[in-house]
Amino acid sequence: MAMQHEIELIESAARAQDAMEKGLGGERMIINMGPSHPSTHGVLRLVLELDGEEIVSARPVIGYLHRGDEKIAENMTYTQFIPYTDRLDYLAPLANNVAYAYAVEKLCDIEVPPRCQYIRVICAELARVSSHLLGIGCFGMDIGAMTIFLYTFREREKIHDLCELISGARFTTSYTRIGGLANDMPADFLPMLRKFLKELPATIDEVDKLLTRNRVFIERTREIGVLPKADAIDLGVTGPNLRGSGVEWDIRKAHPYGGYQNFDFDIPVGTVGDCYDRYLVRMEEMRQSMRIIQQAMDHMPDGPWNSPDAKILLPEKKAVLTKMEELIHQFINVTEGINAPPGEVYFSAENPKGELGFYIVSKGGGTPHRLKIRAPSFANLQAVPLMAKGHMIGDLVAILASIDFVMGECDR
Amino acid sequence: MTLQDAIQKLKTRFGAAVPAPVEFRGEVTVSVPREKVMEICRFLKTECAFDMLTDLAGVDNYGEDPRYEVDYLLYSLTDHNRLRLKIGVPEDDLVVQSVTGVWRTADWHEREAFDMFGIRFRGHPNLKRILMWEGYPHHPLRKDFPLAGIPAELPETAVDAGAVERAPMLGGPFFSGTGTLSSVSREPRQYDTIAEQQKKLKNPNKQEPV
Repeated sequence: MAMQHEIELIESAARAQDAMEKGLGGERMIINMGPSHPSTHGVLRLVLELDGEEIVSARPVIGYLHRGDEKIAENMTYTQFIPYTDRLDYLAPLANNVAYAYAVEKLCDIEVPPRCQYIRVICAELARVSSHLLGIGCFGMDIGAMTIFLYTFREREKIHDLCELISGARFTTSYTRIGGLANDMPADFLPMLRKFLKELPATIDEVDKLLTRNRVFIERTREIGVLPKADAIDLGVTGPNLRGSGVEWDIRKAHPYGGYQNFDFDIPVGTVGDCYDRYLVRMEEMRQSMRIIQQAMDHMPDGPWNSPDAKILLPEKKAVLTKMEELIHQFINVTEGINAPPGEVYFSAENPKGELGFYIVSKGGGTPHRLKIRAPSFANLQAVPLMAKGHMIGDLVAILASIDFVMGECDR
Repeated sequence: MTLQDAIQKLKTRFGAAVPAPVEFRGEVTVSVPREKVMEICRFLKTECAFDMLTDLAGVDNYGEDPRYEVDYLLYSLTDHNRLRLKIGVPEDDLVVQSVTGVWRTADWHEREAFDMFGIRFRGHPNLKRILMWEGYPHHPLRKDFPLAGIPAELPETAVDAGAVERAPMLGGPFFSGTGTLSSVSREPRQYDTIAEQQKKLKNPNKQEPV
């Protein structure tokens, strides 16, 4: 049965009059984007104030993935916290492991052997490639270029295979230890990595061909979400986002750690600070990471792969079972943890998302008194209101994708 | 400008208010008076090129006086210097001047310190909880807050306030009893109450539901 509705049509004259009285801006609408929305990459919620389709203001609301990592850290030994670092930036767990290990080693004044440093460099750079592959893949997918995602994920899968080979886990690697690594590289790791490095450039070139000069992509990203240099610094933005805004700053160059001074690589920077620049910076960073990995493989030092001090790392199992001293070290290490000196250190590493810092306040003993995690995504997301203002909702998707944030580390 | 120059400049400007810096593992920490923190931050930004606030961390030194401290991790992008400022905050006067006017990034960092420690930042434009929800009664990173947490009421969801039913997890998804029970009866979600499950686990020889 057909239903009949009466529609009230306001006369155009009356509508015009109405608009004149209320101002031409019209009625503003408040809508929630997220916390469960495909383009908010996790559980970011944005409260948008809209004038038609134009964003008047965007206010990020975070905390939906807060797990109290910092509180947990205060209640366990330094070594026990390593698996929690996997879950910060869960798209690049190896890089978090490396940063955390260096932070605690700085507190305890431990120098790891060169072979360990080189393996860690390979890990951190593999994590960077993996994170950027996902970042660019999602960036493409979010604004309608679905194919990119499939291509980049094919390569990312190979990185996961490498992670599995070296650490035994594909995602939650927990590969580093304080003073070294969980284990040395397996014999077939380097050949597999070489094979991967031969295959990766083809995919990067493919993505490059599909996106960099793609007219649709350029129109969706050029002059969108511009983050001026001064604002980026003031807002504490770091990583590819800061470099996209034209600041040539990379912790690997500014404060070389873990042997990065031995490597030859360039830092790409953008000029405008829009979404397109951030994309270009990430693309080039992948190529530079490949250069670093290549150099690390070519000059991989021999020798021990972790610190010889048995008071820091667990002693060899065979020695534990046969010698008294090692048994004592094993017992103390497991029950009480490393005896860290009292003091405060801040160590930060150039992670795929930006500056990941660990600020450790120690009062001595095996657990930190306070462990503050300086998460790059936390700072980077503060730039969203500035970048989104005046753009369309559709552009916000591109802006969010170009920031490449992870809520795991933002909310901790 | 080297870090020494910057500290010298700070000393010349503020005199006795700035005590000797402490160095540990090559990092320099300066304790500054709480009342002057904004002035000092502004000075360091404009005169000593500390253009970036890397992080701001609250610390609870339970049992000490002053109980709380706030650490500012400053960075200079031009000179590549790091400097840490430290202020003590007594328990009975948990107020610190906000530095949001100096670095905009301090906004969220200060909100986090407020959320986690209850330190109030005077002059902050929007001092609300950031990681915990609005209306949460505790400050979780305080040392007297237990790791297991304190039960608190969750905010009502906009969609179905009050109509939400708890998922039947009982002993938790990882719970498994010992004995001769099969995996079917160990599955906690098949029981309606915890008591029923406990009863079943205590009498494993009882006939199992088919």
